[in-house]
Parts: sequence; structure tokens; C-alpha cells
Amino acid sequence: MRCGVVVFPGSNCDHDVYHVLKHVLEQEVSFLWHEDTGLKGSELVVLPGGWSYGDYLRGGAMAALSPVMAAVREHAERGGKVLGVCNGFQVLCEARLLPGALRRNRNLRFECRDVHLRVERDDLPFTVRYRAGQVVRMPIAHGEGNYEHFEAELDRLEAERRVVFRYVSPAGELDEAWNPNGSARAIAGVTNAGGNVLGLMPHPERCAEEVLGNADGLALFESVVLGATELAGARR
Amino acid sequence: MKARVTVYPRREILDPQGKAIRGALERSGFPEVREVRAGKSFEIELGTEDPHVAGERLAAMCEKLLANTVVEEYRIELLTEGAG
Repeated sequence: MRCGVVVFPGSNCDHDVYHVLKHVLEQEVSFLWHEDTGLKGSELVVLPGGWSYGDYLRGGAMAALSPVMAAVREHAERGGKVLGVCNGFQVLCEARLLPGALRRNRNLRFECRDVHLRVERDDLPFTVRYRAGQVVRMPIAHGEGNYEHFEAELDRLEAERRVVFRYVSPAGELDEAWNPNGSARAIAGVTNAGGNVLGLMPHPERCAEEVLGNADGLALFESVVLGATELAGARR
Repeated sequence: MKARVTVYPRREILDPQGKAIRGALERSGFPEVREVRAGKSFEIELGTEDPHVAGERLAAMCEKLLANTVVEEYRIELLTEGAG
């Protein structure tokens, strides 16, 4: 699968995503500069973590209006796959390609640690290699990951099964003590109505190889580039 | 024409920054402070003198960029020449 990794001024997880797609899963990968107006034929576009344009005003607000995002929007509206991680999730929310907004963490601290997530859906292009209800561990590293939306909109997201990942206890239970940032309904990741755009605050690219001590994130990338059945020839 | 745009978190949403500032004010000898909402203020100079046009354009700026209306509210004040 042709993959594109967007680079904003300040992106710092771009090479991690590139590494997973290119070297672990042996896909064709290009970097896409924020000033690019095309996507170099990418079928999957990843907006990586880090910062973008200093995150002036709000995290992701400036990036949402950058030239490359016009192309990403067209791609998403055609049903093309888009994954946003951390700052990339903020960009997708600011661009209104995903619902909601990410505010300062409830405790006002930058949270950098592992969290436990419950996979709520295993029927999306990004999650077919997980099982619904499965608990996975992924690192977070953010100061603004507190997911918010209007109550009525949160209800609608739940009714439409748009919540893909939730912060839970290691046993998979909803518990505010295990919600690292105060997110409404413990939401860690959501999808759009079409199921082709996913945003999440945790970093699957930082836990996609056994050598890192945790490969729970690999299934997300395998899902999206290889699908449910094809075996990953390059798995290490 | 000059204008001031202020952006605040929506009332229904917990404002952790405002809460922390209120706590610090309380500890600094201002126990009478009941609530603080922390927001942002923008002073904007426009190349128009028509207040109706200015108001419309500023509202569009807020909707497009200055505020995230999912979590924030905005207020627009048109400032008379020289007062800003």
C-alpha cells in the first residue's frame, strides 16, 4: 500500500511512523510536506504526533488550514484512509474531519506514560486485527488530550459506535482513576461516519516491535495496510 | 477600525486553567474569588470602517480559526477609533 506521512514544522513522530510502515511492514512510504498540494498517490495518509506550527492558538489549529490538509480533506471525503496520532488527532479535530476537540489535560500536566485501552470495534480498517473488548497497552505523551464534545454529540457518537478506543483499567474496566487526561466518556480514539478516518491520542507507532518491549500497536498498522487475513510477510 | 475578540471555554466545560488560577489567587490572599475563566484576547485592526461588515467578517474569523466552537465561545467588541 502506498502510504504518506505528513510532516508539519514540529512533527517529531513522523520518522517513527515511516519506520513502522517502511521497515516493519515493507510498504511504500513517502513523506508529504505541509506545503504540498498533492498526496503522491498515497492510499493511507498518516498525520503524526509532535507539534505543528508551534501549536499557536490551539493544538493543530494552524495545521488544519495548511495546504496539504486541503488534499487530505479531499482524500478523506473520497473514502481514503487517514490516521491521526496525538497532534495528528488534534489536527483532524480542528479540521472537522473528526468530531470533538482536545483540551488541556484535566490535571494540567503533560502525561508521558503507558495507558491501557479497550478496543471498542474490530470491524474498522484500522482495527480488524484486534478483537472487540481486547485491552492493549500504548504510550501517551501529551498535554492536550482531554477529549470534549457537546453531551448530545457524545450520545450520538456512542449511538453510531464511533468511539474506537477508551482508557480503561488493565482489566478493561471503565474507571476514572485510569483516565489519564479527563477525556469525556474516557474516549481515547474516534472515527468519522465513514469509518475511514481514525484519530487517537496514544502512540501505536511507539509500540509496534517486540524489541521495544511492546508490540500492541503493530496490529493497528497491520490492519490498515494488510487487512484482516493477509499475513504480514515482514513481521519481525 | 479596531476590534477586540475574546474567546473563553464554554460554561458547561470544566476549565482546568481557570480553576488552577482561582486556587492560586485564593492562596495569595484573594479568598473572595469565586470563579476564574481563562481565555484569550485578540486585538484586530481591520481595513474597513463599516461596523456591520466588520462584525460579519470578525464572526467568520472566529468560526474559521480564532475559536473552536466545540469547546469555546467568543465575543466581538468593535472599538471606536483611538479607544483601543
